[in-house]
Amino acid sequence: MLLIHCPYCETERPELEFVCRGEAHIARPQDPSSQTDEQWAEYLYLRENHKGIYAERWRHIHGCGRFFNAVRDTVSDKFLSIYKTGEPKPDLDALAARFAKSSAEAKK
Amino acid sequence: MAEDMVTTLYAPDAGEEPLLSLPDVSMLKTAPVTRLSFRGREEARKAAGKGFGFALPTKALNAKTKDDKAALWLGPDEWLLLAQDDALETTLSSLEKALSETPHALVDVSHRQDAILVTGSKATWLLNVGIAIDLHIDAFAVGTVTRTLFNKAPIMLWRVSEDSFVVEAWGSFMDYVSGIMIEAAEELKAA
Ligand SMILES: [Zn+2]
Repeated sequence: MLLIHCPYCETERPELEFVCRGEAHIARPQDPSSQTDEQWAEYLYLRENHKGIYAERWRHIHGCGRFFNAVRDTVSDKFLSIYKTGEPKPDLDALAARFAKSSAEAKK
Repeated sequence: MAEDMVTTLYAPDAGEEPLLSLPDVSMLKTAPVTRLSFRGREEARKAAGKGFGFALPTKALNAKTKDDKAALWLGPDEWLLLAQDDALETTLSSLEKALSETPHALVDVSHRQDAILVTGSKATWLLNVGIAIDLHIDAFAVGTVTRTLFNKAPIMLWRVSEDSFVVEAWGSFMDYVSGIMIEAAEELKAA
């Protein structure tokens, strides 16, 4: 079973205690009424959803109940970084490079 | 602390037959208890501590007990406060007084949940029938409290001593949780 570290419970827990809530760091427009329909649709629905290293919101729904953010490789399901809500988005390219290097070394 | 807790807050309900009674593990329904769900930030937590009688735990997954009360960490801004069944009014009013100036949420959830005591050398074995977390004493120390899942039902699990646990589930889920454990315990009889 996939174990996920909760930054609030400070422990690893089985995946089934968590839910993934999609792409992280999507800021709600400060003044929604100033948005065009296209801008609002983009905020509501349009996500990167790319293959590879991706920053997502996760929720420890059957634990402390808190949301947090995590960088996950959507191909291997490996978590590269887990951090509390409000903390800045990590440099994904740098994380990906470090991850690629360490997995290459592990293969040797 | 732990053993006291069993006798003061989570006393076995004298009017109920044991759900399970085997040499290695037993399951007992507990008598009613006062349960308050408290949520609030730093300032509210401090005020609640004054109203409740002692500071609420800030360490993740920890419980604090004093006299006949307990405060259980459920999240960074969420606690379950336990007191004697007949102490609901006094506990609520003392908390409300202490919290009157601070934004918070305080809700009586006494009747939302039921509790059972699972005790014995096979308690972790039986709990792991439905719980996917490591309950070895090195991974889940005495005093640890957490919400988790028992198969499909959300539960709260509190280790009150090495081989005894409090399991709380919402009223309508308790038959499901205890029923699965009772069924699994058949395997212990066969051994
Ligand atoms: Zn958590």
